[in-house]
Amino acid sequence: MDNILQLNKINKIYGTTIQTQVLFDIDLAFETGSFNSIIGQSGSGKSTLMNIMGTLDRPTKGTIKINNTDISTLKSKELALLRNQTIGFIFQFHYLLPEFTAIQNILMPARIKNKQVSGETLAWAQELIEITGLTKVKNNPASKMSGGQQQRTAIARALINKPKIILADEPTGNLDSDTAEQIYALMREINQKYGTTFIIITHDQNIAQKTDRIVEIKDGKIQADLRR
Amino acid sequence: MKLSLSIARRFLSFSKGQTILIILGIAVGISVQIFIGLLIQGLQDSLVNRTIGTSPHISIVSENKGAAFEVSDQLFNRLTEDDRLIHIGRTADGAVFALSDNENESALLRGFDDDLNVLYQLENALVDGRLATKANEVIVGKSLLENLDVSIDDSITLQTLSGKTLEVKIVGTFDLGVSAVNESWIVAQADLTQNLFDLGSTYTGVEMQVKDVFAADTIAQDLSPNVTDGLKIVDWKTQNEALLSGLNGQSISTYMIQLFVLVSVVLGISSVLAITVLQKSRQIGILKAMGINDGQASLIFIFQGLILGIFGGILGIGLGVGLLQMFTTFAKNPDGTPLIPITFDMAFIAFSGSVAVLSALIASIIPAQKSKKLSPIEVIRNG
Repeated sequence: MDNILQLNKINKIYGTTIQTQVLFDIDLAFETGSFNSIIGQSGSGKSTLMNIMGTLDRPTKGTIKINNTDISTLKSKELALLRNQTIGFIFQFHYLLPEFTAIQNILMPARIKNKQVSGETLAWAQELIEITGLTKVKNNPASKMSGGQQQRTAIARALINKPKIILADEPTGNLDSDTAEQIYALMREINQKYGTTFIIITHDQNIAQKTDRIVEIKDGKIQADLRR
Repeated sequence: MKLSLSIARRFLSFSKGQTILIILGIAVGISVQIFIGLLIQGLQDSLVNRTIGTSPHISIVSENKGAAFEVSDQLFNRLTEDDRLIHIGRTADGAVFALSDNENESALLRGFDDDLNVLYQLENALVDGRLATKANEVIVGKSLLENLDVSIDDSITLQTLSGKTLEVKIVGTFDLGVSAVNESWIVAQADLTQNLFDLGSTYTGVEMQVKDVFAADTIAQDLSPNVTDGLKIVDWKTQNEALLSGLNGQSISTYMIQLFVLVSVVLGISSVLAITVLQKSRQIGILKAMGINDGQASLIFIFQGLILGIFGGILGIGLGVGLLQMFTTFAKNPDGTPLIPITFDMAFIAFSGSVAVLSALIASIIPAQKSKKLSPIEVIRNG
């Protein structure tokens, strides 16, 4: 199968006077429609790796291809467009906009993409709300929801533009184990139903073991790459 | 653009208390600007009106003080055709003794032709009686009437320095607000004085006002080629330099006050907007991660500035006009007229309103630039 995301010899060095290298020559590729996890201890460089994969950060050296496009040549406006249409983010803290309701948060990436939200998009938002079980709270302000509801809203938001890749940084890190299990099930369902590629960064061994591929990062290098 | 506007609106309506506070801040600044500006303008207008409103702004007189001269049709037509000039009139004046049964006062007898009654606003200045309309009628200053111990409809005798006399009837008395004038002026029609002083058809002066009082000196200069040898042209500005420098000082101080109010409004808005960027940096970071571009992100803050400026400006105009309305209602002279008559100069009010919008817009540029540089990674890394 095609690779949706490909990293070649990625290095990341922070600082100018005192330099700290957090990633060393990472070579990694993810297949379209796969369900992956990246594990590692705090400070191993996994979040930096995810930020680089999500075009939020640039590598010091190395190239990234998303959907066969080398993103190092893209300008900031083109990167913004790529993030909007190809990548969906789920963060450990939901990062919803507190000024907006659940449904408005979900629709935000669609509004960034097209000025007018089409009927088709609204129907898709409705479907996502049902899948994520948010029907009752869809008109609540983001701050007036439980942690699980907020995280599910963030997942629905990540999916609204039907991105090819979902990058999730500790999506269950802030949740109790039951809710974490629900969130995992939801992501898996979406992966199977829509063929969305998932790359999940997690501490949670339970979650990691359920994914199709586990990449372990240690001290900025790939320690293990296990496929099921 | 629409998205940025709707996010800006939502940001503002989400923190209502803060938004209202900023709008109030802008409004107070603008209302002070309007209040001070119009108050000082009103003060200046009323001062100018009181001091030179009822006196000629430009006069043409003989270089030989008090001497009479022929006012040519050519000169008079030139003056009446100039639309910068108003209330033009010829006058034939001379010194007389006013003799009543018991008293004897020296006086200035003025003979007015054309529009001079209007120039001196004699109709308004009448305390009693009416204006002189017949050949042997005069009106006299309020104090002079008392000093002569006579009343309306009494007759007095006017005696020139050469000894010629004429009996005239007092038909009215006036108060021009200047005691020297009230004590010494007798006003008649020019025919009367020309006869009494044997002037024939000559006059001792031509007096006029100008529409724009501060242009009196340049207009006087324009007119000077039309004035023949032996005559001179004088304007109020060259004669009242002290008053003029006072008025100028006042204008400059008004501008200074307005400038400082403006600077404080701009600083206030930009500091508050700078804080909102900090407050909203997380949201901006999230929006950027979702694909909003730098231009759209900075537009959010430009729109916030614009919205704050528009509402602040409107409220400021309301407050300023209200304050002035209160001032004219409560600050009154004993006779019930406003202490300082204020004209609601729409152009100035509109200018102050646009200053609010413009300064808010300028103030929002810095936060807009800041938000442009904000990287989503900082927000995500710092939680």
